[in-house]
Amino acid sequence: MWKWLHPYAKTENAYQLCLTLQPWLWGCALVCLIVGTVWGLAFAPQDYQQGDSFRIIYIHVPSAILSMSTYIAMAVAALVGMVWQWRTAYMAMIAMAPVGAVMTFIALFTGAAWGKPMWGAWWVWDARLTSELILLFLYIGVIALYGAFEDKQQGGKAAGIMALVGVVNIPIIHYSVEWWNTLHQGATISKFDSPSIAPEMLWPLLINLAGFAFFIAAVTTVRLRSEIVLREMHRPWVKRLADESGVA
Amino acid sequence: MKHLLLGIARRDVRIAFQQKAELVQPIMFLLMVVTLFPLGVSPAPETLQRIGPGVIWIAAILSSLLSMDRLFREDFNDGSLEQYMLSGMPLSGVAAVKVLVHWLISFLPLLVLSPLLAMFLNLTLDMYVALIATLILGTPLLSFVGAIAVGLTVGLQRGGLLLALLLIPVFIPLLIFATSAVDSAALHLPYYSQLAIIGAMLLLAAASAPFAIAYSLKVSQN
Repeated sequence: MWKWLHPYAKTENAYQLCLTLQPWLWGCALVCLIVGTVWGLAFAPQDYQQGDSFRIIYIHVPSAILSMSTYIAMAVAALVGMVWQWRTAYMAMIAMAPVGAVMTFIALFTGAAWGKPMWGAWWVWDARLTSELILLFLYIGVIALYGAFEDKQQGGKAAGIMALVGVVNIPIIHYSVEWWNTLHQGATISKFDSPSIAPEMLWPLLINLAGFAFFIAAVTTVRLRSEIVLREMHRPWVKRLADESGVA
Repeated sequence: MKHLLLGIARRDVRIAFQQKAELVQPIMFLLMVVTLFPLGVSPAPETLQRIGPGVIWIAAILSSLLSMDRLFREDFNDGSLEQYMLSGMPLSGVAAVKVLVHWLISFLPLLVLSPLLAMFLNLTLDMYVALIATLILGTPLLSFVGAIAVGLTVGLQRGGLLLALLLIPVFIPLLIFATSAVDSAALHLPYYSQLAIIGAMLLLAAASAPFAIAYSLKVSQN
């Protein structure tokens, strides 16, 4: 069932795959982001309560959703690397880590910017904010662990284990924080919890979500390619590549 | 094989008692960290009682990070770890034994010291009972989960701070449940649910962590 995947364990094939996918991913990301953002920021109707400031949702929600998805994708890559002994899977995981960390940061930053006018505070120890912050810490841990190893192959394996430990912890963290919050604060600040969002507001949000996903995939392919070239510098095919492009 | 694992346990205990300074230092660190809070926050008894459980747990986590760093380091440096791997014993068994011994020598003193800490921070008897229960269930969890990251960083020269970066986010749920159990005890509410969750996390960790530790040690040994 997974046989079609196996050729990509070879770094050269993975490199070529990234190269072919990349223009499509960038194209889709660009189209979706432009359409979604312009629609959301300029044409979607105002919120009856929050006015124009609700429009930050078009950045905030996609980045928050994808910060979590990226972490899960990292853990899947780490598991694949562990089970099938693929170096490329670890490389993909490492390529995703900083992208996910930046998404988490964007979610936190836009959340703070949104919170100031709406709740009157940059930061509250709300359950979702806290778990997002802890997610950022988990990302930082994985990146720092990888960076500490001189032998990058060993570092990839180590960071993979840490990513898996983190992914087991994410649900526990999520529920513990939620429970802690309700225990300590009683009623939390009610935020954008309208039961259903108007379709003319929802569509740009979904388009932007797809745009962010394509964008993350595109940046990941670029980072994966450079990771592969860096780690496989001594391979003949990399040398040939360098000769062809006239770098070396 | 039981014999071999017992031998490892005995060896670790003996080494620990030969290096008394390293045995005593983490617990002194914990005592001093706890002392800082009345001085830094407020010496008012109500305030101390309010923040006490959290302070004791945070201090326990910090001192465990300090002492855990040397869980596998000497074995790694002098080659014993390699011998364990070659010996044909399951490495997960060796790891579990070493973690348990580490728990005995670094957290049992904390349990002994806990009445003093509870007195310093003006905890009531109910709170103290809950605190002891969370410490008994929670500190082995610290050891098991922490040992995974220790196994990963053992080959690195500057592992200490990195270990804290890796582990603090992972320990957050334990901190939350443990302090909430003690808070419930302060209000004379039942706190079995918190203890049950900590116990469940401990069982999960005890069942799966030895394999993760063994794997991470193999990665470090390369």
